[in-house]
Amino acid sequence: MPPVAESSLDVRADFPILARRFGGRPLIYLDSGATSQKPEVVIEAVADHLRNHNANVHRGVYALAQEADAAFEGARARIAAFTGAQAQTTIFTKNVTEAINLVAYAWGRANIGPGDAVLITQMEHHANIVPWQMLCRERGARLRYLEVDGRGELSLDAFEDELARGDVRLVAFAHVSNVLGTINPVAEMTARARAAGAVSLIDGAQAVPHMPVDVGSIDADFYAWTGHKALGPTGIGVLHGRREMLEEMDPFLTGGDMISSVDFQSATWNELPWKFEAGTPMVAEAVGLGAAVDYLSKLGMDRVRTHEQSLTAYMLESLARVPGLGVVGPPEADARGGLASFTIEGIHPHDVAELADRGGVCIRAGHHCAQPLMRCLGIGATARASVGVYNELSDIDALVAALLAGLEVFGLSR
Amino acid sequence: MDDLYRDYILDHYKQPRNFGELDPHDLEALEHNPLCGDELGVHIRVKDDRIEDLRFHGHGCAISQAAASIASEELKGMTLAQVGELDADWMIELLGIPVSATRRKCALLNLKVVRGAVTGDHAWPA
Repeated sequence: MPPVAESSLDVRADFPILARRFGGRPLIYLDSGATSQKPEVVIEAVADHLRNHNANVHRGVYALAQEADAAFEGARARIAAFTGAQAQTTIFTKNVTEAINLVAYAWGRANIGPGDAVLITQMEHHANIVPWQMLCRERGARLRYLEVDGRGELSLDAFEDELARGDVRLVAFAHVSNVLGTINPVAEMTARARAAGAVSLIDGAQAVPHMPVDVGSIDADFYAWTGHKALGPTGIGVLHGRREMLEEMDPFLTGGDMISSVDFQSATWNELPWKFEAGTPMVAEAVGLGAAVDYLSKLGMDRVRTHEQSLTAYMLESLARVPGLGVVGPPEADARGGLASFTIEGIHPHDVAELADRGGVCIRAGHHCAQPLMRCLGIGATARASVGVYNELSDIDALVAALLAGLEVFGLSR
Repeated sequence: MDDLYRDYILDHYKQPRNFGELDPHDLEALEHNPLCGDELGVHIRVKDDRIEDLRFHGHGCAISQAAASIASEELKGMTLAQVGELDADWMIELLGIPVSATRRKCALLNLKVVRGAVTGDHAWPA
């Protein structure tokens, strides 16, 4: 047995769902990369809002509506501050997918043309691929991919070479890969993109919930993340944008709330951030995400990162003891977020996940919405275990025990 | 004993029957399981409106590979009209294990491929 590292958080009791039992076993949740579980304070904040403060936001003159306004815009201010951003340039979307589509439509269609290139990477989630495929097809532009190397990382030299071709108008990349776990050098990439005259967009879905992120110092033109992976409710994503660009852009979705005035044939736009929030927004979800970032801030994102990094180091060590198991991505825990994707010789990843479930352990299997990356890795699918603030070292032990038992079922014990 | 991973399932998974290529062949199809990206293809040789021989190729989980292997033994000799009548229940029953909702497509992928090749109907078997 490897030495058991100290982990610094002990918050399991804050998450009611973790008290559930399945088939007499405790719930071991190692699928936070897909969605996080929710602490009681978030569940309670959403319930309290719906129970006591619910009214539509903006334009209500009565006291209850003003409470709803204050709750919604107050949540926005705290959510913006959590990532070092300004409330005015923090736009609520449904999720990261919608945030990226917003940029692809509202900025991309006005600024990308024939002969231009959009540069993304081989490690992107489908959410950061397909909107650019559609944009490039529509505008006669080229979509190019920065390669992932043998360690599962990007090369800054290769990035520089791509930018030097002179046609790249936009670069879009993940902060942390949802398959490889790789933490990309986002501030450096953003700076180089800007120096080459390219706009940058970062998909921070796997980063913001797990490590300190300051969008001010990363300085990307657009940075997107999502609430449900950060202990908040589903249905709320966040897009931080550069003010000058957001002001120049036309709206994405149009309708109520995003207008300043509407005439019979035309309309003028509301100011930021509401210009990009058409229709009644996700009020209770914003309140819930506000409570989630309060909770994370209280834990301290440095401590969250330290905790998850020690879990990841322990996971990498422990998985190495499983015969036939291979982990993809950087081998060091400090080079990756809190996840490990792996394959086991002789057992398909879906069967791996099914066998893990026999031990009460929830992991994900499949292509993780990253089919181009899977093709680059030469595999069809992987199993993926991913951690959150509430995980403990014993959860990793349960995973390894379930995998070893699974090898036995398949007659592969060595 | 394991409910799902019974000995005969693992046996068919590890040594799938009728896997490989079949050349020449008269019918073929290739399908993907959107859940996992797995793919399964089939080559079919037809004689007198019956499946004379067939081979599956591709990759997948124990359930999808075992289902294809087990089905392949039944499909040989069937008339094309009979193949067109096969439904999900036929496959699930033949497989003989409790298939959860999430693994249903794994079990049915082979029938989808074969029916696609024979009838041109590429819908999931109901």
